[in-house]
Amino acid sequence: MPADCLVKITDVNFAYDDRSILKGINMEIPRGKLVAIMGNSGCGKTTLLRLIGGQLKPTSGELLVDGQSVPRMTHDELYAMRRRMGMLFQFGALFTDISVYDNVAYLMREHTDLPEELIRDMVLMKLNAVGLRGAHHLMPAELSGGMARRVALARAIALDPMLIMYDEPFAGLDPISMGVIGQLIRKLNDALGATTLLVTHDVQEALLIVDYVYFVSDGQIVAQGTPDEIRASSDPFVHQFVFGEADGPVHFHYPAVPFEQELMREVAGA
Amino acid sequence: MLKGTFCAVLELIRAAGHRMNNALQTLGFATRFFFQILLYSGQSFRRFHLTIREIYFCGFQSLLIIVVSGLFIGMVLGMQGYETLQRYGSSEALGVLVALSLTRELGPVVSALLFASRAGSSITAEIGLMKATEQLTAMDMMAVNPIARVVAPRFWGGVISMPLLAALFSAVGVFGGYLIGVVLIGVDEGAFWSQMQGGVDFRFDIWNGIVKSFVFGTAVSVIAVFEGYDAVPTAEGVSGSIKRTVVYSALAILALDLVLTSFMFRGV
Repeated sequence: MPADCLVKITDVNFAYDDRSILKGINMEIPRGKLVAIMGNSGCGKTTLLRLIGGQLKPTSGELLVDGQSVPRMTHDELYAMRRRMGMLFQFGALFTDISVYDNVAYLMREHTDLPEELIRDMVLMKLNAVGLRGAHHLMPAELSGGMARRVALARAIALDPMLIMYDEPFAGLDPISMGVIGQLIRKLNDALGATTLLVTHDVQEALLIVDYVYFVSDGQIVAQGTPDEIRASSDPFVHQFVFGEADGPVHFHYPAVPFEQELMREVAGA
Repeated sequence: MLKGTFCAVLELIRAAGHRMNNALQTLGFATRFFFQILLYSGQSFRRFHLTIREIYFCGFQSLLIIVVSGLFIGMVLGMQGYETLQRYGSSEALGVLVALSLTRELGPVVSALLFASRAGSSITAEIGLMKATEQLTAMDMMAVNPIARVVAPRFWGGVISMPLLAALFSAVGVFGGYLIGVVLIGVDEGAFWSQMQGGVDFRFDIWNGIVKSFVFGTAVSVIAVFEGYDAVPTAEGVSGSIKRTVVYSALAILALDLVLTSFMFRGV
């Protein structure tokens, strides 16, 4: 693996029982870069994140993070690696019984012996970075969707991770919050010197901030390139996805028998 | 016709086998889960404030229902006991009847049933909702073991709270019996307390009651945390888990009570 590559995925397959989710995925995430994985819902994007985080094990193939094989790690090794990772979940997954401040301080208290004064300064710095220092006393239930996502972002970077993973960070946000989160993702990646993996289907927002894009469809990588290459691509799938066309290689209709046949069956059944 | 009946019987056997298989699988998973809780319990004691917090939530906050129920049950025991005993001219034995009924059976069993409904269901709901909102997954991804951080403190909070609540239930119940028997009906106060003192053995009656409530507390707590952790992460799934916590806990308490009583009080 090249020294500048933080995550390397080689011929990874994954299946739930006999239902194949990922088929022969090959991917490299260079250090310091912001890479997006895009694709329609249910194509296996989040599964890929879970494989990198060690929550799932691939059926076959190799998956290296910082030169270590994730599927072969022991429980302790996995936890040691996760301490150097940050993850933002689709709906934030903030701990609802503690305040914004305590959510961000959570990892510092769990994994370090830092004095409370220092933790306070660090928490306020992280919250300031996402523009929510003034909201530190609020409970998660008092936050809007965009604010909750920003707090989750502050929590994800609490211990300055080497790899930050975002699972649908733009889902359900208004355009202003989307822009704010997008800019934060880019700025935090550069400021922390981290590597970022962004799973999303918000193409336009993601293309503004990422360095490289992988398109996944039906468990396979169907296209990849820089944002400019993606915009200029003539690939039918990429074109349909980037311009949000209703029909194309990704069909509008879920697979079914012909409609006429279905209607006749209803009549016969009645 | 015969073939149809044969197929229906086969289907019935297949369905029964499937249910049995599922039940055994769940039981196996629950047993493994229980040992995992014990394995990761160190943090619950090293960072005892986590367990104290759970004792507050499931123990202290159950005090009202335990005290009020204990008082009422003790009062009813006083009335029913007096009504029966006075037929045989031994109404002075009311104290010992109330105390033995409470310390041996009603205290541990009724307080455990109340605990399962009040605290067990809320533990299941809390853990189930944490699972549904990905909080447990987030914790695991932060290299914080959810069994050590969330499950074990709640389990030990329940185990520690239960005997204390049962003891309080029995004490308040005895007071309820006193209120009805002595204050309201007029049984001799000296006879009430002295017969109780003479008739209740610490090791045999009180200690066995404490052992029972400890066993019930362990059973209810492990069922509550398991059902929460194993909940299907949807609104319907969490609601089903809460229902199972209450039902399984009640059945486990009554079945364990039969077993424990048969060992503790046989031949007496």
